[in-house]
Amino acid sequence: MLDALDKKIIAAMQDEFPLVAEPYKEIAERIGISETELLKRLNDYWRTGKIRKMGAVLKHRQVGFAANALCAWIVPEERMDEIGQIMMKHPAITHCYSRVPQPEMPYNFYIMLHAHTRVECRKLAEELASATGLSQYTMLFSTREYKKASMRYFVEKRQNIRE
Amino acid sequence: MLTSFDKDLLNILQTGLPIASRPFAEIAESLNADEITVIDRLRYLKEHGYIRRIGAFFDSASLGYVGTLIAAKVEKQHVEAVAKVINNYEGVTHNYERNGVFNLWFTLMVPDCESQQKILKEIAALKGVLRLISLPASKKYKVSVQFKL
Repeated sequence: MLDALDKKIIAAMQDEFPLVAEPYKEIAERIGISETELLKRLNDYWRTGKIRKMGAVLKHRQVGFAANALCAWIVPEERMDEIGQIMMKHPAITHCYSRVPQPEMPYNFYIMLHAHTRVECRKLAEELASATGLSQYTMLFSTREYKKASMRYFVEKRQNIRE
Repeated sequence: MLTSFDKDLLNILQTGLPIASRPFAEIAESLNADEITVIDRLRYLKEHGYIRRIGAFFDSASLGYVGTLIAAKVEKQHVEAVAKVINNYEGVTHNYERNGVFNLWFTLMVPDCESQQKILKEIAALKGVLRLISLPASKKYKVSVQFKL
């Protein structure tokens, strides 16, 4: 279970990470705890999977990956894990989930594909289709981005960072 | 333009920022550079919009949050207005207009199911919203936003 200090730390870790020699010391001071305590708790979160990544996320358009597609597939239930394993190994796929299908939305497996162009995205999907033997899929390209923000956990007020 | 040093640095930083007192010194060591060069370069890359965020990325489910992907069918002339109202919810992190009958897709992450139900009800009642479908994940296979530069 998370205690009050955990929530405080998690909220603080979602602020801008200080680009200084001792960033954790600065964050710890903001929270009012020692750097040692902060590092200990962060290592615990990492070990227990509460932190899934420490590091940087790039602006993909800026670094050349301008095209992305939400690609939804119909996967036979018994092949789900096998397909999941194939898809998750692919470097162009950043997100990969099986989802509960609905009558109007029969697709049960969703991936986010990233490439330099839409043509490349389509080609990747075709390759995945032939590698998996799946034939029913749809590609949903974004036509307008309304919001892309980092999730902010345990933050009281409305202050998630718009990017 | 990214220099080859930038690319090496970003490739390393995308996979791991050490949880240690001097994280940038550790990264510098693996690049045969000094700490101050790494910090300066990261400030530059952040200021020039190459880096979205540096820091900790939490696993929403382990923190007890409930997430879902919503596909919405919204009348064309109301999409923009509806999208803007949806944006105001803190738990909405991604919101995109897409080609297809379901033309607005957003993610929603909230601390409990009750808040999710409440928000979806509010959104369903917005003018122009014809249909909302919630597509909760049954299994997460991968979330790893990394680009090899």
